[in-house]
Amino acid sequence: MRASSRADARRTWWWATPRSGGIAALALVVAVLPLGFANGYFYDVAIQAGLNSIICVGLNLLIGYAGQISLGHAGFFALGAYGSALLAARYGWPPSLALVTAVAGVALVAYCVGRPILRLKGHYLAMATLGFGVIVSIVLANDDRLTGGPDGMQVPPFALAGYVARSDHAWYAIVGACLLAAVWLAQNLVESPTGRALRALHTSEVAAAIAGIDCPRHKVNVFVVSAVFAAAAGGLTAYYAGFITPSSASFVRSVELVTMVVFGGMASTFGAVVGATVLTVLPQALTVLKEYELAVFGALLMATMVFLPRGVVPTLSGLLQRGTR
Amino acid sequence: MGIIDRLRPATSLAGMVFALMVLGAGVAAAQEPIRIGSILSVTGPASFLGDPEQKTLEMYVERLNAAGGVIGRKLQLTIYDDGGDAEKARTFTKRLIEQDKVDVIVGGSTTGTTMAAIPLVEQAQIPFISLAGAVGIIEPVKKWVFKTPHTDRMACEKIFADMRERKLVKVALISGTGGFDKSMRAECLKVAGRYGIEIVADETYGAADSDMTAQLTKIKATPGLQAVLNAGFGQGPVIVTRNYRQLGITVPLYQSHGVASKQFIKLAGDAAEGVRLPAAALLVAELLPDTDPQKAVVVAYKRDYEARYKSDVSTFGGHAYDGLMLVVDAIKRAGSTDKAKVRDAIENTHGYIGTGGVVNLSATDHLGLDLSAFRMLEVKNGDWALVK
Repeated sequence: MRASSRADARRTWWWATPRSGGIAALALVVAVLPLGFANGYFYDVAIQAGLNSIICVGLNLLIGYAGQISLGHAGFFALGAYGSALLAARYGWPPSLALVTAVAGVALVAYCVGRPILRLKGHYLAMATLGFGVIVSIVLANDDRLTGGPDGMQVPPFALAGYVARSDHAWYAIVGACLLAAVWLAQNLVESPTGRALRALHTSEVAAAIAGIDCPRHKVNVFVVSAVFAAAAGGLTAYYAGFITPSSASFVRSVELVTMVVFGGMASTFGAVVGATVLTVLPQALTVLKEYELAVFGALLMATMVFLPRGVVPTLSGLLQRGTR
Repeated sequence: MGIIDRLRPATSLAGMVFALMVLGAGVAAAQEPIRIGSILSVTGPASFLGDPEQKTLEMYVERLNAAGGVIGRKLQLTIYDDGGDAEKARTFTKRLIEQDKVDVIVGGSTTGTTMAAIPLVEQAQIPFISLAGAVGIIEPVKKWVFKTPHTDRMACEKIFADMRERKLVKVALISGTGGFDKSMRAECLKVAGRYGIEIVADETYGAADSDMTAQLTKIKATPGLQAVLNAGFGQGPVIVTRNYRQLGITVPLYQSHGVASKQFIKLAGDAAEGVRLPAAALLVAELLPDTDPQKAVVVAYKRDYEARYKSDVSTFGGHAYDGLMLVVDAIKRAGSTDKAKVRDAIENTHGYIGTGGVVNLSATDHLGLDLSAFRMLEVKNGDWALVK
């Protein structure tokens, strides 16, 4: 039932297929949005929404498509951030090279971590990934000779071939381009045989294995891919913000990322983007409520999950399809 | 069924959110108030800093406005809660600067949130008074950045100065592995030589350790030991103090300003007798002699705060009081809210008496406190006593 409705959805969502309208629509939004920006603060929020979106698009591949939970993705994010920062600040590497090396390093870490822990399922996997995130956070906070400890460390600005990215506009363009690339990669992966394998093992690993799918390999691969997305966003964040602290690896941050994916809609790349964007912008909008901010934020999350149980994008687009058919 | 229709739910949601943001920003701008922005860690792990800071700022802005404002203009306070997260602090600083167009920023409860905000305030050229501890905030001196709280280094210096007076030279150091402990240990090691202090032992304990007998036994056996300094925060120092007496170590024990609260005496009990530590004047407001220049200020602040919020005053709220009053004082002297003029006025502050000490700022010193900001206390009969 579930599989057939999804196949159905895929046929009718012509604009959400990788080679057509979905990405074009997102590109249009990214290009037009700055027209409504009054000042640099709007750019800042948009850039953070973009960076969170990149992480969530990756995390959604793992959670939404492959059905594996990770409560430690902030750890990968922070490793990407600190890796880029350390190589550039302490060892004087060019920032772009530092970023690429850090992301490659994180991929290796994710592979080594993923091999043993992805044998676990459900709560046990959640525990193991949570443990990983906590370890990263503790190491970053305590190895203060290298990382500056709990007070954080400064990061030099991003430069490529003599061009130094400083302005909000430049960063908006960089993050926008990276987001489009991330969505394009994710959509292609989803539509590939690997994507179908992931969805198969999500439904039943036993059935998938019988159909000849190498479940452990696919799970580790998608884990590494999602870690790479998080690490890349981490590196960009470090250069953009110019300052990073170990709180970027905190457990709360990991939970926040998972919430974004679930809120936007699992197994929907555009859902991940919407979820990340809304949950980045919403706390900024709610500051007018002062001490009621967190209560209202929580209530909105609960209401969304009650009335839009599959997440914002899948539920709403499902409703639309039913309404127009 | 076009793209636009299908995207409508998403766009209308985004529209609502943006409308809310604009609404929030548009409430002000009726008259021309003096805009004071603040980023504080009101929630999260550093809420013990941000909460009293927020309460203090709100109370005194209210009072100043009730008294007619400053240079004939009302104050308008905008506080954002960063939850102790440096990334959020950065965004909120940007918001204060670009959206709320504040004239001055007071805040940054923690060193992390302050450091995240510094590049932005330096770029935007807005006077910024931090409420965080680290020396690194004002060293090297940054043109637009000031701070009010005393530093770890000053606490070390105060303790070493007292030791020198008592002719205690060979000192053992024991500290925890938390952020506060580590930072203070490093600063103490740096300045010990300047006071002729020789660190003869340097032991550490874990944050969750429930017994420090092993470290203290080692310290006790150190030849020529004359005093012990515990650079610690939270539970650790209480246990150190208890173990210290159990082991019968007789040389003087010094604690840091990190445990300067009644709670410490309560938990350590009789073992705390004779322990010395440096503390801000605010904690011993009533004990200060009437001739003390700070007495009037700290007693008034303590009374106001405790009357309004029915909770004990803390030095952190005092830092916020000092930050706000320094700004108000500077705006009065500058006669405007012109950012460069206010900055210059802040830098030229001389003899301003705050809860943290007597502040003398200059182009090379953006903290402006000397060692007199700390009072050396000794625990006597289960209470604090000023060391004369």
